[in-house]
Amino acid sequence: MSGNSLYGPLDPAPDAGYVDAPARMGFFTDTSICIGCKACEVACKEWNGIPDDGFNLLGMSYDNTGSLNANTWRHVAFIEQPVPEKTDIRWLMSSDVCKHCTHAACLDVCPTGALFRTEFGTVVVQEDVCNGCGYCIPACPYGVIDQRKDDGRAWKCTMCYDRIGSGLMPACATACPTQSIQYGPLDELRERAEHRVDALHATGVSEARLYGNDPNDGVGGDGAFFLLLDEPEVYGLPPDPVVTTRDLPKMWRKAGLAALAMGAAVVAAFVGGTR
Amino acid sequence: MTTVSRRGGDRVMVPEAEFRSYYGRPIVREPTWKHDIPAYLFTGGLAAGSALLAVGGDATGRPALRRAGRLAAVGALGASAYFLVNDLGRPQRFHHMLRVAKPTSPMSMGTWILTGFGTAAGVAAAGELAGYLPRRGVLGVASRVLPPAGRLGGIAAAGLAPALATYTAVLLADTALPSWHEAYPQLPFVFAGSALASGAGIGLIAAPTAQAGPARRMAMAGALLELAGAHRVETRLGLLSEPYRTGRAGRLLRTGRALTAAGVAGALLGRRSRVLSALSGAALLAASVATRFGIFAAGVASARDPKYTVVPQRARRDGATAPPLQPCADM
Repeated sequence: MSGNSLYGPLDPAPDAGYVDAPARMGFFTDTSICIGCKACEVACKEWNGIPDDGFNLLGMSYDNTGSLNANTWRHVAFIEQPVPEKTDIRWLMSSDVCKHCTHAACLDVCPTGALFRTEFGTVVVQEDVCNGCGYCIPACPYGVIDQRKDDGRAWKCTMCYDRIGSGLMPACATACPTQSIQYGPLDELRERAEHRVDALHATGVSEARLYGNDPNDGVGGDGAFFLLLDEPEVYGLPPDPVVTTRDLPKMWRKAGLAALAMGAAVVAAFVGGTR
Repeated sequence: MTTVSRRGGDRVMVPEAEFRSYYGRPIVREPTWKHDIPAYLFTGGLAAGSALLAVGGDATGRPALRRAGRLAAVGALGASAYFLVNDLGRPQRFHHMLRVAKPTSPMSMGTWILTGFGTAAGVAAAGELAGYLPRRGVLGVASRVLPPAGRLGGIAAAGLAPALATYTAVLLADTALPSWHEAYPQLPFVFAGSALASGAGIGLIAAPTAQAGPARRMAMAGALLELAGAHRVETRLGLLSEPYRTGRAGRLLRTGRALTAAGVAGALLGRRSRVLSALSGAALLAASVATRFGIFAAGVASARDPKYTVVPQRARRDGATAPPLQPCADM
């Protein structure tokens, strides 16, 4: 394990031991052109054979899915915001997905090796290995991975590992009618996204900002990043996620100190008294 | 406005935090772990504390402490194994835990610590069987081999016990649940103290007062570590201390503190009373249960309300990068 494997900018596939890994692949989800059609949700379910979530009315605008979970690997958020100057509302629609972090806490904490890094730099669960320990679930800073109740194992987006290995695009990106979901080499997507933000700023959309594109952020940059039109938390995204394992060396040191204190207390208890 | 801007918490003990969220829904996901996991936090700590009590009893010629500690360690270990396997989504795949050894996964490290400890504690407990075996034949050989083997097993178990008692704190802290993660400097001390106090509780229950002196001192040391650590968790984490003081977690932790205080007081006052000592030991065990369930509940509470994710992260981000982004401009 190299010195910076837990934090900072990194190319994850070579770091995981791949020799001559292909380019890191990713998603750029441009929410400024999302029309909320949910074709991505449907295509994902169909391709990956994911069971339904129940058919609930959540009373949250047009969002009856609620959040990413074991059975929803693309989730379209709907936010209706009043725009006072126009006595009107504006729509924010955004298709959320697993971020395929450079430093993936789910993968770091997985005790069975079920979660692994693919040659494309993505993060995938091996369903024949996962024993449903559930550790990845609270470890994810985005609340993405989840346990399927009747199955017991953890499930999440694979970035269609079976499709991209054959040169196809993931199902969601293929189905997206507006190219809000773009799939490709991460370097190219990051460049394209910068141009898109500049173009939006030039046309007066000053609130456009990228989320998850920075390799210097708390997770080393996301493999799936976003163009947002409001603060991340408005979309249900954490404003400044940090991979929990960044602090793991410090945690082990504190535990070591506590363990020493424990040993010392026992020695003192047995030698330090008259009876 | 559907993007809720709301004030969090019904019993607010820190300045109210303005924040926005997606319909008030959680951002990080609460664990799917059932009651098995906080129960294991207790039994794992009890196994560790008991093994330390046993090795001390063995080394200083207090057979009652040795025997009680060894048997409690192996019993608590069996309960731990049950809880851990029972909580898995696929219990029949429990052995997949042994596929890898991963330093970045506290659960993987814990699996190996527990495996090593379990073997050693099993050997130590077997040492207690020697007295029940006949003197002659194959079993007679066993009766002569078991005591020294038990002593070695007891020493090995005690060597691993501090790791067993504290890795679980790292396991909880190494998550995205805000109140667990930010408590990483304190949680190992809370868990170490709770384990010592519960091990001492076994000694107070099982040993005659003439042998229970070290258990009393262990109870005091454990209580001190646990109470000091818990106090810091409850006061030093700003907004993220709130889940430890309010709701179910707050009630459990207050109960744990009261029981710990009662247990230590009883242990000190009951030097000559077997009954009072045993009651004190029971109070210490109950205190450890309450503390573990309380710490667990606090982390879950910090996941359920997006306030605990959004507000500290916004403060960190806006403190780090100079200009905050403008809210919701015209499109």
